[in-house]
Amino acid sequence: MNEVNLEEYKIKGYYPTIGIECHVQLKSKTKLFSSVSNDAIGAKPNTLISHICFGLPGALPVLNKEVVRLSSIAAFALGTKPQKFSKFDRKHYFYPDLPKGYQITQLDQPIILGGRVTVSLEDGTTQTINITRAHIEEDAGKSTHPSGADYSLVDLNRAGTPLLEIVSEPEIHSAKQAKAYAKELWLIMKYAGVSDVNLFHGNMRFDVNVSVSKDPKKLGTRSETKNLNSFKSVERAVDYEIKRQIDLLEKGKNIAQETRGWIDDKQKTVGQRSKEDANDYRYFPDPDIPPVTISDQYINDIKRNMPILLGKWRDKLQKQGLNYLQIEALLESNIEFNANFLSLIADSSKEVAEVYTNWILNIEIPLRHKQIESKEPLEITASTRKAIFAGIHELIQQGQLSSNNARLMIIFLLKSSKIPDDFKELAQKLGYIQMSDIGELESLVDQIIKKNPTAVEEVRSGEKKVIGFLVGQVMKESKGQANPAVVKTIITRKIETHES
Amino acid sequence: MAPSTEKGQWPLLSTLSQQVHEGRVKSVDLINRSLQAIRDLDPEYKVVIATCSRRALKRAKQIDSDIRNGRTVGLLAGVPFIAKDNILTLGAETTAASNILKGFNSPYQATVIEKLEAEGAICVAKANLDAFAHGSSTENSDFFTTKNPYDKTRVPGGSSGGSAAAVALKMVPFALGTDTGGSVRLPASFCGVVGYKPTYGLVSRSGIVAMASSTDVVGLLTSTVQDSASILDIISGPDKLDSTTISRDPKAYTDIKMNIKNKKIGVVKEYLGEGLDKQVKKTTKLNIEKLKNAGATIQEVSLPTLPLALAVYYVIVPAELSSNLSRYDGQRYGYSYKEAKSLDESYLESRSRGFGDEAKRRIMIGTHVLSSGYYDAYYKKAQTVRTLLINEFNSAFKKYDFLVGPTAPSVAFKIGQNINNPLAMYLMDIMTVSANLTGIPSISVPGGSVNGLPVGFQIMAPQHKDRDLLAMALSYQELRG
Repeated sequence: MNEVNLEEYKIKGYYPTIGIECHVQLKSKTKLFSSVSNDAIGAKPNTLISHICFGLPGALPVLNKEVVRLSSIAAFALGTKPQKFSKFDRKHYFYPDLPKGYQITQLDQPIILGGRVTVSLEDGTTQTINITRAHIEEDAGKSTHPSGADYSLVDLNRAGTPLLEIVSEPEIHSAKQAKAYAKELWLIMKYAGVSDVNLFHGNMRFDVNVSVSKDPKKLGTRSETKNLNSFKSVERAVDYEIKRQIDLLEKGKNIAQETRGWIDDKQKTVGQRSKEDANDYRYFPDPDIPPVTISDQYINDIKRNMPILLGKWRDKLQKQGLNYLQIEALLESNIEFNANFLSLIADSSKEVAEVYTNWILNIEIPLRHKQIESKEPLEITASTRKAIFAGIHELIQQGQLSSNNARLMIIFLLKSSKIPDDFKELAQKLGYIQMSDIGELESLVDQIIKKNPTAVEEVRSGEKKVIGFLVGQVMKESKGQANPAVVKTIITRKIETHES
Repeated sequence: MAPSTEKGQWPLLSTLSQQVHEGRVKSVDLINRSLQAIRDLDPEYKVVIATCSRRALKRAKQIDSDIRNGRTVGLLAGVPFIAKDNILTLGAETTAASNILKGFNSPYQATVIEKLEAEGAICVAKANLDAFAHGSSTENSDFFTTKNPYDKTRVPGGSSGGSAAAVALKMVPFALGTDTGGSVRLPASFCGVVGYKPTYGLVSRSGIVAMASSTDVVGLLTSTVQDSASILDIISGPDKLDSTTISRDPKAYTDIKMNIKNKKIGVVKEYLGEGLDKQVKKTTKLNIEKLKNAGATIQEVSLPTLPLALAVYYVIVPAELSSNLSRYDGQRYGYSYKEAKSLDESYLESRSRGFGDEAKRRIMIGTHVLSSGYYDAYYKKAQTVRTLLINEFNSAFKKYDFLVGPTAPSVAFKIGQNINNPLAMYLMDIMTVSANLTGIPSISVPGGSVNGLPVGFQIMAPQHKDRDLLAMALSYQELRG
């Protein structure tokens, strides 16, 4: 492991220490302990519930095997392997969105112990953050408190959704690192395929534990800011807490050990619960759920069938000569199962990889976002994309398509989601084929030179950049079908030789 | 003798079912016979919380018509039964005899009920119990106390007191109970019927209002051992709604013939010691003599950890039930204090008013033993002793096929006698709790009487040996004649 130089992180004489707990919603079809759909997005309140989610008398939890499988995959993604023995415990507290009066979680024998996440910062340095543990637990329902109303509303659709809570060691020392860790964890889970990782829908939520201390060997009293759902809010909340705590200590005040919330509008944290009010959760092993034991064979099967993980994709894309920003942009894009287009790029020649990367980043991704906004999302299979890209690329190679027309044609084809029988024929029909016929172009150039004597004079007197204006006029006249490189050559030749 | 309906004894379930199948007896008549018996006897004995007559008669008519039309019907087609009111059923409220669940209509049924209904059995009523099955007399019912069929001034035992009394009063051929620490066997002993607690996990707990998850078992109250076997054959086996269920014996539980000769039987020394009523002791010894005379090898066996079993039980069980009762919070179903001005007040008042004294006592004990700082001293230590107990039973069963002893330290006690003495009440469970803590099957079979009051004889077998236990119990029943 790399040695951390704490001095680098010192602020006003204080060493900040941060540990992060992250709740990852696992994407099993059904809930953790009942056979009810786990996909609550768009569902009406309290429609995805069973006697188990509702906490009716006599309802018993039955563990969803898929959750154990997804957690085992997550273990490998975090650089460790699942525990052969783990068990479930009850954590008691009363709240209307917790129907049984206890949450089922894993206290002392979780499915994952250990693991690590290596984050790279913008300055090119890397740091490894160790994972203490990750445990499976059920989510609670959702409470809403309409303002001004004398009631609250509870939606139990989310009650019983499986979560994997990943707990880091307190080895993070700055807000930037905290953000980088959160983002890296998000990418790891995304490529492990264990979660939909949709931050907007709360698929990953971060709790940050922050403390500051003048003594690098001793931790200060920590605050825990809960339920952060963006990387930016992780960064800002940590930043805010470090400053708030240093200010308090500088004024000779104490830090309260408490739970805080992040108020996004005001960009600040506020105290919610102090330790004195903390519940005694009265944990004990859940007698309704037998402990989970998994065999070596089970673990090996999981290992053998692992998807391509984040680190491997980075290597593959680097080998294709893509730069850091391109690679991260591709990895972070959240438009579909990225492995589809990542393998297209990874499996192409270096030169094609560069072209495809540009198309995906600059054409497909913006288009997809636009289509989603207008509620007409694109549905492109990996093979359709591959065929479209290959067809267009061939036309460009043949000099038939300008880069702008290539863009228009890609958009047209992605939207229609069809592979044309003949790309060239379609391009002609759409009027995208470049005019490279010298004879035709020459007469066009002659017309433009005649119409723009002043510009021509300027070029002759050395204002070379005015050629661009003339090229533009020819392009306009040809309705974009002229090959601009050829047009430029012709114009230059004609003006220099006084041909017209 | 306990009073009963004018028709007296029900035939064996196997006989009854044959009569129905052959069309000699109509299901509607059986249901009406049960409902009439309830109407006749319930005002005096207070056995039943509610009847499910509409649903029961509708189902009976359907079965009769199926039989008339030659359709296949289930093994227990048309046979009435009563379910303890902590077992979720359609057709009537399920209250667990508690105010907090009063008015609760379950949208689903317990797996045991579903399995029995699939074989055509018909639930006619819900029986009284100590609220949430907390007790040994039904005096902790939030509604009323059931009277012992042999002496109306005495308790029927508990917590399945209503179910035991219903069978003793011949209201139905069988009743379902639950046994968390003796709740089926103790009332069986007090009411002179068979009370059988299967191996933990052999019968699904899905749809049973949970008391203590690690010891709760659905149990049976019947007039004969054969009937218990017939029902176990239907209700046992794995359930995808309860992950603690285990697979059943591949052979039918009704296939039980056993020669007592040369069977090795251990008489549990600790059960015959201090605290046991002299007359009950005498009766128990007579029963042991009978087994000896029939050729069984009888030896006294000591299980030194046994005196700690009750203490262990009253740590682990309250811990689990305090957790299981958390869901009764007045927010979604059941009693809710409507005048509450805040969430905290709603919790506090709904639970304070909705739970009876015994539930509150046990919630407090359970909450205490699980509190941080006390967990190790109570809950963890109790689990350690529980493991010791399991080991002792395991080694005893290496030497003996069965262990025997009395079911309860006395005959049925007077109503009110122990009501202000929770400890004396808890001591009633002293001979039954071990089977629950160790998960082994145990049965109480009528074993004589003292001053006209029934005395039960308890037989225990190793885990999963339910067939052997029922066979042994049947041999013993036949021995008694």
